[in-house]
Amino acid sequence: MLFKTVSKDEFEKLVGIMLESNEVVAPTRVESDVHGDPIHEYLPVESFDEIDLNYETTAHSAKTYFLPYRENLSTYTFEAGDWGQEIGYRAMPRILLGLHACDINGLLKLDKVLARDVFPSPYYVSRRQNTFVVGIDHEPCDGGFCHAVGADTVTHGFDLFLTDLGETYLVEIKSSRGYSMLGQVKTQDVSDADTQAFKAVRHRITEQFTTDLDIQDLPNLLDMEFESEVWTKWGEKCLSCGSCAMSCPTCYCYGVEERASMDWKTGSKSKRLYACTIVDFAEVSGGRNFRPDRKTRLKYRFYHQHRGFVESYDEPKCVGCNRCGRACLVGIHPAEVIGDLQREERL
Amino acid sequence: MNTTIHPFDIEKLADMRAPVDFNQRNRLMPVEKNFKAQIAHITPLTDREKLFHIRILDAAERQRFTFLPGQFVMLEVPGFGEIPVSIAGDPSIRGYIELCIRKAGTVTGVLHSAQPGARVGIRGPFGTHFPMDQMVGSDVLLIAGGLGLAPLRAPIFHVTQNRPDYRNVHILYGTADPGQLLFDFEYKQWERIYGCDLRIIVERPDDGWTGQVGLITKLFDAIDVDPDDTYAIVCGPPVMFKFICNRLSDMGVPMHRIYVSLERRMHCGMGKCCRCNIGSTYTCIGGPVFDYWTVMNLKESI
Repeated sequence: MLFKTVSKDEFEKLVGIMLESNEVVAPTRVESDVHGDPIHEYLPVESFDEIDLNYETTAHSAKTYFLPYRENLSTYTFEAGDWGQEIGYRAMPRILLGLHACDINGLLKLDKVLARDVFPSPYYVSRRQNTFVVGIDHEPCDGGFCHAVGADTVTHGFDLFLTDLGETYLVEIKSSRGYSMLGQVKTQDVSDADTQAFKAVRHRITEQFTTDLDIQDLPNLLDMEFESEVWTKWGEKCLSCGSCAMSCPTCYCYGVEERASMDWKTGSKSKRLYACTIVDFAEVSGGRNFRPDRKTRLKYRFYHQHRGFVESYDEPKCVGCNRCGRACLVGIHPAEVIGDLQREERL
Repeated sequence: MNTTIHPFDIEKLADMRAPVDFNQRNRLMPVEKNFKAQIAHITPLTDREKLFHIRILDAAERQRFTFLPGQFVMLEVPGFGEIPVSIAGDPSIRGYIELCIRKAGTVTGVLHSAQPGARVGIRGPFGTHFPMDQMVGSDVLLIAGGLGLAPLRAPIFHVTQNRPDYRNVHILYGTADPGQLLFDFEYKQWERIYGCDLRIIVERPDDGWTGQVGLITKLFDAIDVDPDDTYAIVCGPPVMFKFICNRLSDMGVPMHRIYVSLERRMHCGMGKCCRCNIGSTYTCIGGPVFDYWTVMNLKESI
């Protein structure tokens, strides 16, 4: 990998160049919450001024640019008792600017399921390859526990990664197209002072993580505490609304539905992101539901995040962004649920 | 200077343009591509189930479509939906798929009102299979409850066609009442041509019923099971698994020689939609055929 520094003025110029010929999606302040704190989302922008790179977090993750909430899978035309199928896998190039390490780690986890495991998804691969990812370092967000799940730093999965050194950005260049992109503005080689400044920034960030969470024993603990009262406690709060999965950067489950036009000339098969906490998630034909209770569905969600995924890929699915905790209307915070399980174990 | 990111055109890749073959599970391919197929014939079985004989139309696709006993397909009726169905037909015939389907929902409803000639889509085969090769030289217990005879019929085809490869073959089958017995036209073949020990039991007999009455576990009382050299395949409702598998286990049959086929909701068949996930395992990838030891280790599996 290569490192360069770029002044903030030159970086703004680079964003201008990006905007000239590509769709650019970046963190944008969209609203304020009840406390007056800003709410950010990753949205398409048209000028540098709309971008707020000092954002704390976004309400939704950037996964929608890889896994749209609704996506057409194939289109049908009906004629004379027969049908024809059309499928398109092409995607437009897009620049995703200002992703935090947790979200890039989220993409790496999605890559494992959707791009590298059995039956790689051409829809996902197409979007992923066509997305130019620029990451950025940031101060820990409130309630985030990314360091506990090893997602606070990221070593690949992006094209450029920025660290704010005050007057300049230190840029980690991870791809040839990243190198070409950055080459369009003035950059400097990294000096000793820059390296020292980078280390100081990393140290400052690491020092600020306060959540005390250890997930080492979690896969076994989840098995042993399968019948724990902890699931009743939290499960009875759960509204089965699915907000956790919708805001999660690594939840990828979906449902497929088909429609036909009123005149039966065309039809479509589309997917819609779903959530394992929704009541009919595991219901089969004939009405049998393998997870009829809220607590079994909530438990399953934690089970997949922290045991199932670990079994398949040696790491949890969770990146510790706490978006689910923030989105939850009844205050189900993942760190608290995990803490509860561990506490019971110690009694 | 070039300011544009070069588009990556996935549809130009050789892998994406090569013919779709769902048996190449690690290959990038147009996974939503259906094999267009025609319902060639429909056999009514009971008042709820029909057997659909489905033939893939394209000769090359038909040739590529091979499956193993226990695998399933995604059957699509464009405009209505797509459902997972275990293959009930003969694994030795290529591109000709028999599906035993109970009328239960939107897609199965439209299928039950379909006429021969209707065109449907097939993706697959998907999932794991019963290890018929491992069972060679051993006793085989084929056990089905209710609609479970549908997924069991492919292994029955395999065992009967390769009958000399297997020692004693017992087929144990139970339903709620005699009206629900599936594939009754084949029972004599299994018994008299292929020398299988077929035993049938119903819970609620009707006036014409002369056979056994009770739960399927009762059939075990009359057969000799050699625990050291017996394989068992169990297909049926989840409540049946527990009783039968525990009974077999108590008889001394090792858990890794007892195979079951699990039913789950599925929207893709390819380990993506997560609907069939049991904790850590996708039923569509790691299953639907599991050995009982694995099932015991999957939380909430039965």
